[in-house]
Amino acid sequence: MNNAEPTSSSRGENVQDARRTRFDPAAAAPLLLSQNHGGWLGLRYRDHGPDWAELELPWRADLIGEASRDVLASGPIVSLMDMASGMSVWVKMGEFRAIATLDLRVDYMRPSKEGANVIGRAECYRLTNSAAFVRGIAHDGDADDPVAHIAGSFMAIMGQRL
Amino acid sequence: MSETPDSLTPYARSLGIEIADETGDAPILLLPFTSIAEGRPGVLHGGATSGLLETAGYAALRLELGRVGRDHRLKPINVTVQFLSAAKKRPTYALGRVTRAGRRNANIVVEAWQDDRTRPVATAVMNVLMTTPD
Repeated sequence: MNNAEPTSSSRGENVQDARRTRFDPAAAAPLLLSQNHGGWLGLRYRDHGPDWAELELPWRADLIGEASRDVLASGPIVSLMDMASGMSVWVKMGEFRAIATLDLRVDYMRPSKEGANVIGRAECYRLTNSAAFVRGIAHDGDADDPVAHIAGSFMAIMGQRL
Repeated sequence: MSETPDSLTPYARSLGIEIADETGDAPILLLPFTSIAEGRPGVLHGGATSGLLETAGYAALRLELGRVGRDHRLKPINVTVQFLSAAKKRPTYALGRVTRAGRRNANIVVEAWQDDRTRPVATAVMNVLMTTPD
């Protein structure tokens, strides 16, 4: 991982403050994941590092994509990866700020296994003043055999900079 | 009148997606704003928006294939969603268009909007693999 953070002179005082306030996904997860869309999906925090976050989407009968097969639909997997992506941006920034997804691409390698939970791991590999770039995978137990690859870009909203 | 026929996936029905209008070339789908589709307060979750877009894309393709008498099992290859503006506490609509249905791959574009159809809140492009039924 190369150092993608611009120098402090280009980022201003508030960014210095941001570095002192570390975003902790483990602590924030109950609040971020228990309500609304993430809460409905039952998203769970698994792990994180300095620039990545990992969440889990539990298998559930009413989230399948075809009535004839017990495989999770693609929609919840997009939600899982969007949320994991956002968390990877926040850990990389070091604080929680309102961000917006600009775009998200999902390449589906294969269906997940019947009845399997899906794990989503996203890495924020580059953070600039105005945008954050994320890539990641979704898998159902073996990270070397992903269900999907994703790539996304994010921006700060409400007039803020990243 | 909206309805929720069996043609929608269990996931789409759980999320609350309905068919709003079936009179055009492809069905217009509707996602009511509910807490289970909400992301940050007052804004539709990007994942729910994506789910609506994908569902509308498949609905457009199924109708198109049915028109020409083709029966396929559909498998997703990829989807790219552009989020144009925050979708607020209002119903969101989506309509897909099959730009090309080849022998095995279909290219689909989808738009989602709220009050004004000419101002989409999100768009998607999709590639879908069409295999023979099992």
